[in-house]
Amino acid sequence: MTDPIIRFDKVVKRYGSLVVINELDFAVAPGEKVTIIGPSGSGKSTVLRILMTLEKIQGGLITVAGEPLWHEQKNGALQPASDAHLRKMRRTLGMVFQQFNLFPHMTALRNVSEAPRQVLGLSRQDARERAEELLRMVGLADHMQKFPHQMSGGQQQRVGIARALAMRPRIMLFDEPTSALDPELVGEVLTVIRRLAEEHDLTMLLVTHEMRFAREVSDRVCFFDRGRMCEEGKPEELFTAPTQQRTRDFLKAVL
Amino acid sequence: MLFGLSWDTDHGELAFAISILPILLRGLLVTLEASIAGFAVALVLGLIFAILKSARSRWVAWPAVAVTEFCRDTPLLVQLFFLYYVLADVGIILPAFLTGALALGVQYSAYMAEVYRAGIEAVPKGQREAAHALDLTTTRTFTHVILPQAVPRVIPALGNYLVSIMKDVPVLSVVTVLEMLNVAKIIGDQTFDYIVPLSMVGGLYLLLTLVASAIVRMIDLSLPKTGLPLR
Repeated sequence: MTDPIIRFDKVVKRYGSLVVINELDFAVAPGEKVTIIGPSGSGKSTVLRILMTLEKIQGGLITVAGEPLWHEQKNGALQPASDAHLRKMRRTLGMVFQQFNLFPHMTALRNVSEAPRQVLGLSRQDARERAEELLRMVGLADHMQKFPHQMSGGQQQRVGIARALAMRPRIMLFDEPTSALDPELVGEVLTVIRRLAEEHDLTMLLVTHEMRFAREVSDRVCFFDRGRMCEEGKPEELFTAPTQQRTRDFLKAVL
Repeated sequence: MLFGLSWDTDHGELAFAISILPILLRGLLVTLEASIAGFAVALVLGLIFAILKSARSRWVAWPAVAVTEFCRDTPLLVQLFFLYYVLADVGIILPAFLTGALALGVQYSAYMAEVYRAGIEAVPKGQREAAHALDLTTTRTFTHVILPQAVPRVIPALGNYLVSIMKDVPVLSVVTVLEMLNVAKIIGDQTFDYIVPLSMVGGLYLLLTLVASAIVRMIDLSLPKTGLPLR
């Protein structure tokens, strides 16, 4: 693999005595589309939350775009990262949440333009134009002035995708983006994600239960179990001829 | 004579009542002013206490907890006497109205800090996570994500405290504030007729709190439950 954009090196995450991520080694190449599947409690969402700096790690090293995520070089040694370092690192990443987490008191347009304006320092006009362009791209040209509660779940999640993209991240994290949606709304969200995967050189890390979708869009599928990567491979290989018993059991249960 | 107005004790109860109504209304105005001033102090100070109490540093949080506990667990009357008489002894002389408004504001800020805290904590965790993922600063997250969503949740409770403050204003009469009850008592002392002025105070109070509750209810209904809208 060429220099990975994400690298986990013996990463450990614990909640008290419960080990959620157990000495995980894991890497993603720039532009790669990787899907993580696995039973609940396998630590797959935690991987994304750690990358988004929503969860701290207790051991190991994570590198994002060549720089340590949770550490920084100071006086020739690796120290725990400062707020400023985390802030800088976060800019590389965007996240789409299972529950959308849109700001309910802001219009779709404001949801998308708020951070570019406040964090990236874009002018009101530039932030607005960027937001409008993204909302058009996810098919919400007619819904820009609506508040989240005036939109369907599928539309809300598409705003969520536009909001994350507005920060121009190099890596997009999708945490079960369709799990909270009614079945008939899943398609419109997957269509947007699929288009992103096909048309952009974004690195994408996707946690999902949509196996057929995972198969279509990802370059690689990783099966997680009990805080470790149990098996990985090209989708056609992993889905048709898994080598591990655990993977076979899981796939049998969900397919 | 009070506020330059005199009363009519010679033409029966009704004439007496009509003659003291403008005087009582002057008192009512003072009651209203003291309530609003106290409420304004409590609104601002309460939010400051709520923020300080949730500070990550214990050197900030603990003193804030200590101060608010002290304010909540000592009687308003004691605080009032302290501000008015003890501070005067050490050379700090505050006007009666200011003392009263301040004492009300400080006492109620301790209660309102808890209301704010509950409202802030009721905002779903995902909101902070989304703001974090977008790299918004802590301050921006608080002012533009958390607070606008907390406000509609706390309006009913804050409104109840406004009504409570109104009903506590008569306590200020002990430091010579001429609020409505004090005015009625002075009239009673001078005319030996307490029934009419005190009954009128009761009626006017009922009117005042009913109107205040109705206004709070209107504000509550007019705010979107999802938060103060940002376009």
